[in-house]
Amino acid sequence: MRFARQTWTVAGKDLRSELRTKESLNASISFAVVILVLFSFAVDPTADQMREMSGGLLWLVFSFAGALILNRSFARELGNDCLDALVASPVSPAALFLGKAFANYVLLLLVELVTLPIFGVLYNTQWARQPAMLAAVMLPATWGMTVIGTIFSALTVNLRMRELMLPVIIYPMMIPVLMAAMRLSTILINGEAIPADDWIWFKLIIGFDIIFTSLSLALVEVVLVG
Amino acid sequence: MSAVAADGVWKYYGDFPALRAIRLSVEQGECLALLGRNGSGKTTLIRILAGLLGAQQGSVSIFGKDPRHSSAREAMGMLGHGIGVYDELSAYENLLLFANLYGVKNPGECAREWLQRTGLDHVASSLVREFSRGMRQRLAVARAFLHRPSLFLLDEPFTALDDRAIALLQGLLLEARERGATIIMSTHQLREAMELATKVALLNRGKLVFEGPRPAEMLQDPTWLYRQYGEG
Repeated sequence: MRFARQTWTVAGKDLRSELRTKESLNASISFAVVILVLFSFAVDPTADQMREMSGGLLWLVFSFAGALILNRSFARELGNDCLDALVASPVSPAALFLGKAFANYVLLLLVELVTLPIFGVLYNTQWARQPAMLAAVMLPATWGMTVIGTIFSALTVNLRMRELMLPVIIYPMMIPVLMAAMRLSTILINGEAIPADDWIWFKLIIGFDIIFTSLSLALVEVVLVG
Repeated sequence: MSAVAADGVWKYYGDFPALRAIRLSVEQGECLALLGRNGSGKTTLIRILAGLLGAQQGSVSIFGKDPRHSSAREAMGMLGHGIGVYDELSAYENLLLFANLYGVKNPGECAREWLQRTGLDHVASSLVREFSRGMRQRLAVARAFLHRPSLFLLDEPFTALDDRAIALLQGLLLEARERGATIIMSTHQLREAMELATKVALLNRGKLVFEGPRPAEMLQDPTWLYRQYGEG
């Protein structure tokens, strides 16, 4: 009960701060739109080409734009030494991590929700043919990205070049979940049923989430305090 | 059982030993003034006691528990170099946040009470980024005191405070000492510290060169201890 209250308190604080300033949310959404627009200038995809690349393009945009939100996750605690005040408080490090991860998750999903219709318009794609299945892929895949981004945001928070270091570290770590999400999203955006062989990608996302959420919860205190 | 005990604590930054075999004990109700020149290791020691840094060797206990134990952290009120409050939240939201994190009963009431005690009740709903420096410092004091800690770890608490904030902090620390709270504060403001301190420790290049009851001479001449140890 106490753990849940602490988690909710941290998540609420991060969401309130971000929604009040909209620093990283605006930057992330703008970046996602810019990538989509620029890419639409760079190629003039035919319907067949879009069938092949829709999922890949979408998740690249999500992951690039998401890094801007994830980067701010622990960096926002540096001002006024708020991280010290949080770590010195009796909040469980796992609750602190989960609270921050939940806040990031909500923000990443917001960016994705805004990006999807723009993607549909710019690339003339009917992305919502299977909304429930697409959500079933996007929700756990976004959680996987969030967990990796949040724990490495904590790890790099005191580095001078953290804005550069975080993407360098997290993208290789995200490869499995991004590959799976790209593959499944491409199938679903094209309105096809997921073939029996491809359900392994869904299992991979769930496995990735379980493993990295558990590892992050176990290691976050070491990451924050040493 | 000592309120705070450090036994053979070493801390290195790279190859540089910031703390060397620190042995220190502070009993419940004592007020320790931790003195030393810049770079002597005061902040590092306070951060280790607060559980914000790990020691490479030695051990630290807070009321018999590891500093990272939740009961030890519940007992602590920490005031470091930064104010530890969020610019994008209001004064009330900041205090409510920390009251919730510390599991204070009636967190809203507690936050309002501390806003009143620190003279910030008229700006309760204003964002901290709109505050003057003095107001921010008073809010930081409220944040550190609102859960009635039984141990205060204060790193240069009087530095850059205005007169009103110094008077407020001294009053609150005296009140805390009267109710039996333990206080450890590093400071360069010797006159203010000597009014509160019952015990003094002097750090020199990471070594504890003096630890004992506050010498009577320091009330008249706060730099007396520095001179005794060749740092005058």
